[in-house]
Amino acid sequence: MSTGKNKYALRTLTDNEYFFGHKACGGCGGSLTIRLALKVLGPRTITVLPAGCMSAVGFIFPQMTFDINAIISTFAGTASMLSGIRAGLNARGIKDCHVVGFAGDGGTADIGLQALSGAIDRNDRIIYICYDNEAYMNTGIQKSGLTPQGAITTTTPFGSSVSGCRTSKKNMFEIVAAHGIAYAATASVGFIPDLLYKVEKAKNISGTSYIHVFAPCPTGWGYESADTLEVSRDAVACGLWYLAEFENGQFRLNHNPGKLAPIQSYLKSQSRFKHLQQQEIELIESSRDVMWKKIHREWLIE
Amino acid sequence: MQSKMFLSGNEAVAWGVKLARPQVIAAYPITPQTIVIERLSEMIANGKFNAEYLHVESEHSALSAMMGASAIGARTFTATSSQGLLYMAECLHYASGGRFPIVMMNANRSLALPWSIYGDQRDSLSLLDCGWIQVYSQDAQESLDLIIQAYKIAENQSILTPVMVNLDGFVLTHTYEPVSVPEQDKVDEFLPPYVNPYTMDLDNPKNLAFSSTPEDNMEFKFMQHRAIVEAKTIIRDIDISYGNSFGRYYGGLVANYLVEDADCVLITLGSISGTARSVVDELRKEGIQAGICRIRYMRPFPDEEIASLARDNRAIGVLEKDISFGYEGTVATNVKSALSKAGLKFPILNFIAGLGGRSINRNDIKKAFVDLERHRSEAVAEAVQFVNLGVAT
Amino acid sequence: MTKPMLQKYNKPRSIDEYPFVPSFKAGHLVSTNSSYRVMRPELNNEKCIGCHLCFVACPDGAIERKEKKVCFDYDFCKGCGICAKECRIKAITMVREE
Repeated sequence: MSTGKNKYALRTLTDNEYFFGHKACGGCGGSLTIRLALKVLGPRTITVLPAGCMSAVGFIFPQMTFDINAIISTFAGTASMLSGIRAGLNARGIKDCHVVGFAGDGGTADIGLQALSGAIDRNDRIIYICYDNEAYMNTGIQKSGLTPQGAITTTTPFGSSVSGCRTSKKNMFEIVAAHGIAYAATASVGFIPDLLYKVEKAKNISGTSYIHVFAPCPTGWGYESADTLEVSRDAVACGLWYLAEFENGQFRLNHNPGKLAPIQSYLKSQSRFKHLQQQEIELIESSRDVMWKKIHREWLIE
Repeated sequence: MQSKMFLSGNEAVAWGVKLARPQVIAAYPITPQTIVIERLSEMIANGKFNAEYLHVESEHSALSAMMGASAIGARTFTATSSQGLLYMAECLHYASGGRFPIVMMNANRSLALPWSIYGDQRDSLSLLDCGWIQVYSQDAQESLDLIIQAYKIAENQSILTPVMVNLDGFVLTHTYEPVSVPEQDKVDEFLPPYVNPYTMDLDNPKNLAFSSTPEDNMEFKFMQHRAIVEAKTIIRDIDISYGNSFGRYYGGLVANYLVEDADCVLITLGSISGTARSVVDELRKEGIQAGICRIRYMRPFPDEEIASLARDNRAIGVLEKDISFGYEGTVATNVKSALSKAGLKFPILNFIAGLGGRSINRNDIKKAFVDLERHRSEAVAEAVQFVNLGVAT
Repeated sequence: MTKPMLQKYNKPRSIDEYPFVPSFKAGHLVSTNSSYRVMRPELNNEKCIGCHLCFVACPDGAIERKEKKVCFDYDFCKGCGICAKECRIKAITMVREE
């Protein structure tokens, strides 16, 4: 895996496992996100997970797979439950404890967006991590607000009149940045030192921080489970995902992929995109180009 | 020495909350609850008490946040009404299933549509199944007292169930009366700090609010149900011990007025009971042996107390500010069930009044008693009666 | 090294053996995940240079750092193959599960 410019000494990662024995699919990007983030945050951490893949596989009585304090929230309520926990800790005078939520793309950008917005507005000292597998995977691969252009899902299926998702991903990174959030970042399970470095940074933010992790799903995207990290790297190489941060009102690109790889091979590596015709691929590529023009024009490039 | 203050229902709730010392409060404004959270905000701003106050962006978030705070061992409070109560409906079930001892004040208000900010009791009565203990206050004094008692009930380790304290919108939330306000140290003696062995703990970590398979789920639900049923005894005891500490005892799950020798008993809920009792006094002077049974707790339901009302030659009616569309008033359904459980087939009259804030007048109550009196000798048709509809139907 | 452990768990026979509320001890496991596997990872010990990237990349934490090498927790390995794919020197091969 690439280390990128932001280094995190992997050998310092603890052997302790705080999320272990869960029933996620083999090769799940979301479970890797949680496992690694909790290694950075440590045992004095309370975590909230809404309805979604990770809570569904993590807490089926009597199989409790979190070795730390953990609680499932309502689907819409991740960020509000996080705020409540932090307020409870404050009221009890407990300061040295992290409060982190792990929500999917649906639980973040759709049903959970209102509560997230409120938490950022209050600048509550919480860490919100979105594991983005680009659909409502837990309920069977339905389209979410973060399903990308063209992707096949069970509610944007193959059809004789129309196939695939007609809309593009909501830009959650820029939405939370527009709130003036204390710290936000995009990350990827294909760039683990970068992800860990960002979790480490979020640990020390005294307000709200948000990390959006690109977390591929072999089941929902249609690729071999062994390729989760490779698919993540390909997404960054072709510019459909980027590694960036927002702090002090400034957007900064952490990893500059240089000349962007053509998106064709990334798309064709997953069965959810296999049907795409040349015309649609070109449309996706040109909106990618527009996005990157803006990045180069307006962001700090590391 | 308890001080006397001139308070509205909402203000009395705020004082009760202050005395109960919640550690975290989260609420979203909605008429006619707003005064509660405004007063609490003022008290906090003036250093009158210490609580973390979360300005949440919806009622769903208010209750979700309170579950988080409760899960980490903090005492919590929230307040809402009608649309807000329904917006947090998912969280109501979540909180009761999760056994979080949250206390919430609900200002009873009519549910849209049509829109109405005025009071009726459809909001909370449509949610009797959600697993919360529900109590209905009649005046500002009881409201203050109930808030304090609610924490003691909710946090009792064999109950561990959230409690909803209901006040009639506007007619109780916004009307003023002299209220005795207990002293803080006496309340502290009555209500010690919140302790719960099941909360999250950094030294003894736990996983909460989990899923369970069909093999186990019913057992959790059974325990939840049993806890509320068994709470009846504890609620009665707390009412008595509050009376011993503060001089006000309310009669347990119901409050009867001149029921013992009554020929006609009207069952009421909430603040209308005051007017109803005054009508009873008037009727007795006119020779009608009227009585009032004021239900305080709708959950757990006082089935024994209701069953004991049944007597040969006595007519019983229910006056309520709600309707379960397509059938009858929910209070009437519960009352009939309690009477039939006691083996009594006892036709009761159901008076639906006050929907959308329509005033309930003395004459309306008098007419109900006249119908009850007539029902003793010649059965009045058991149809649900909408009281004081302005037009012929 | 701490992690959730397999416990001996007897299904409650009376209601009072159930947790009173939905709250339970953290890190309590009653079942393994080995049945997920179609393929299993096998380590070539000589080739392994102990870089521990596989330990980092395993979504299930089923690889333990063991001095200069690694070892697999076959109770909890799902056979996803990420470790074999990510190993830069191909010291891990995926082999058909018996």
